[in-house]
Amino acid sequence: MTTTQAAAAALATAGRTRTSPRRRAQVSRGVQYGALLVVVVVVAATADWGRVGAAFADPAAVRAIAPLLPRAALNTVIYTVAAFAVGLGLGLVLALMTLSGVRVWRVLATAYVEFFRGIPALLVVLAFGYAIPTAFEVRFDSVVLQIALALGLVSAAYIAETLRAGIQAVPRGQVEAARSLGMSPTATMLRVVVPQAFRIVLPPLTNEVVLLLKDTSLVFALGLATSDYELTKVGRNALSDPDGGLTSIVAVGLVYLVLTIPLSTLTRRLERTTGHRGHV
Amino acid sequence: MTTTTAGTSAADAPAASTAPVVAISGLHKSFGPRHVLRGIDLEVAAGEVVCVIGPSGSGKSTLLRCVNLLEQPTEGTVHVLGAEVTDPDVDIDLVRTHVGMVFQQFNLFGHLSVLENCTLAQRTVLRRSRAEAEEVARRNLALVGLADRAGSTPGQLSGGQQQRVAIARALSMDPALMLFDEPTSALDPELVGDVLTVMRDLAEAGMTMVVVTHEMAFAREVADRVVFMDEGVVVEQGTPDQVIGAPAHERTRSFLARVLDPTHRHPAAG
Repeated sequence: MTTTQAAAAALATAGRTRTSPRRRAQVSRGVQYGALLVVVVVVAATADWGRVGAAFADPAAVRAIAPLLPRAALNTVIYTVAAFAVGLGLGLVLALMTLSGVRVWRVLATAYVEFFRGIPALLVVLAFGYAIPTAFEVRFDSVVLQIALALGLVSAAYIAETLRAGIQAVPRGQVEAARSLGMSPTATMLRVVVPQAFRIVLPPLTNEVVLLLKDTSLVFALGLATSDYELTKVGRNALSDPDGGLTSIVAVGLVYLVLTIPLSTLTRRLERTTGHRGHV
Repeated sequence: MTTTTAGTSAADAPAASTAPVVAISGLHKSFGPRHVLRGIDLEVAAGEVVCVIGPSGSGKSTLLRCVNLLEQPTEGTVHVLGAEVTDPDVDIDLVRTHVGMVFQQFNLFGHLSVLENCTLAQRTVLRRSRAEAEEVARRNLALVGLADRAGSTPGQLSGGQQQRVAIARALSMDPALMLFDEPTSALDPELVGDVLTVMRDLAEAGMTMVVVTHEMAFAREVADRVVFMDEGVVVEQGTPDQVIGAPAHERTRSFLARVLDPTHRHPAAG
């Protein structure tokens, strides 16, 4: 019997005796939808909706916190941008250090990255809030600077790792082409490699901004003037207010989402587009 | 005559017309335990077009990359335009400004437009003004038939167009020597012709060229000299008619048989 005949014979007997893989997958999907529907119905029927509404969406609490939110959101954004600027600048220096031919630079950069990735960001914020001013007798006149340095130092460690990966992802041929044109190693790095590395790491870098934006909540640990309050601090204060409660936290959470969801969407879009253009 | 502007001492010297543009002597190159080049001696005269042929892994590309020091030779000397590139005291970046290189994978700068690809090194290395660099770039883009694509990005071009931009990019530095590392091997067959035409024009204009290639018809028509390499040594060299038309060595004959008639490789391969 030839291979063709043997295969045909096997298929003829296997036939339709059992449920086919495609049918089984279809049934499985139906069961999952059914289970989800049951859960939704049970929750809807048993929950005390009046009480849920009062806790999560108390009109008095919304009225109390709403006027504070724009200023707080603005502060959150300012802290994020300032910290990211510090983190990006320092992160690029660290990334170039980890790729340096000079061993000392590599060791120092690696130590920095390991240190700041290994400790809670809150500790760094506390250091800048209390320990450093006391130890060195400096006073930070600007809260923005204080926060930018504290969170920037931490995010620089993560950004450095991201940028290093991006730089290493630029094809070697790009370096060879630049060097073969007589460009120096420095010019090659700054004019050819880094610009393309940034394009590759744009999605993870945007993600870093989202993380940083949420980390600005850590500044509650500093003594802030009212005008310096960011979103979490405002929510925290409102929590202990007679008119506040759970609704204040919900309101603040929604403002965070208004800020972060567009960034996350941007990240996903960048992941789709740079996939094509990043590789030449 | 060379067209150098900044000028190495050799390019300016009156003897430039007789001194070899490339002089390779006793060249060895190892990658760890792999001994890729096993003693190469080769000279390329001004205006000469040398095609290097041979099987994959024979060391052709490595040899070419040793000329502009993209690979560091393990042993031996390489002189380019009179400068000993193997001497650590020689400014390799300066030598490279006079040596254009075209790669198999084009290696165009993906974040820059076609025009910017051709002006970047002119501006950063030769310190030309934007206006001058763009004028030179446009002249060379016209030379390769892509004057109208100056504003495109590399990703918008076909492989053949990208490779012609790569040639224009190298020419924009006014090189005295052009190195081609299998410039058509990554191209779809129908795009090979345009690139070879540009290279033929360049050769006819008097450019000194070293071309690593599998295009036997091109080598036969354009080369002044064909060098056959196998297992890290030059097996034989001579005019195209000698090396391709009437090869003296069995290794050359069996290589040519396989290249010129790929379907007949089974008997040769055993």
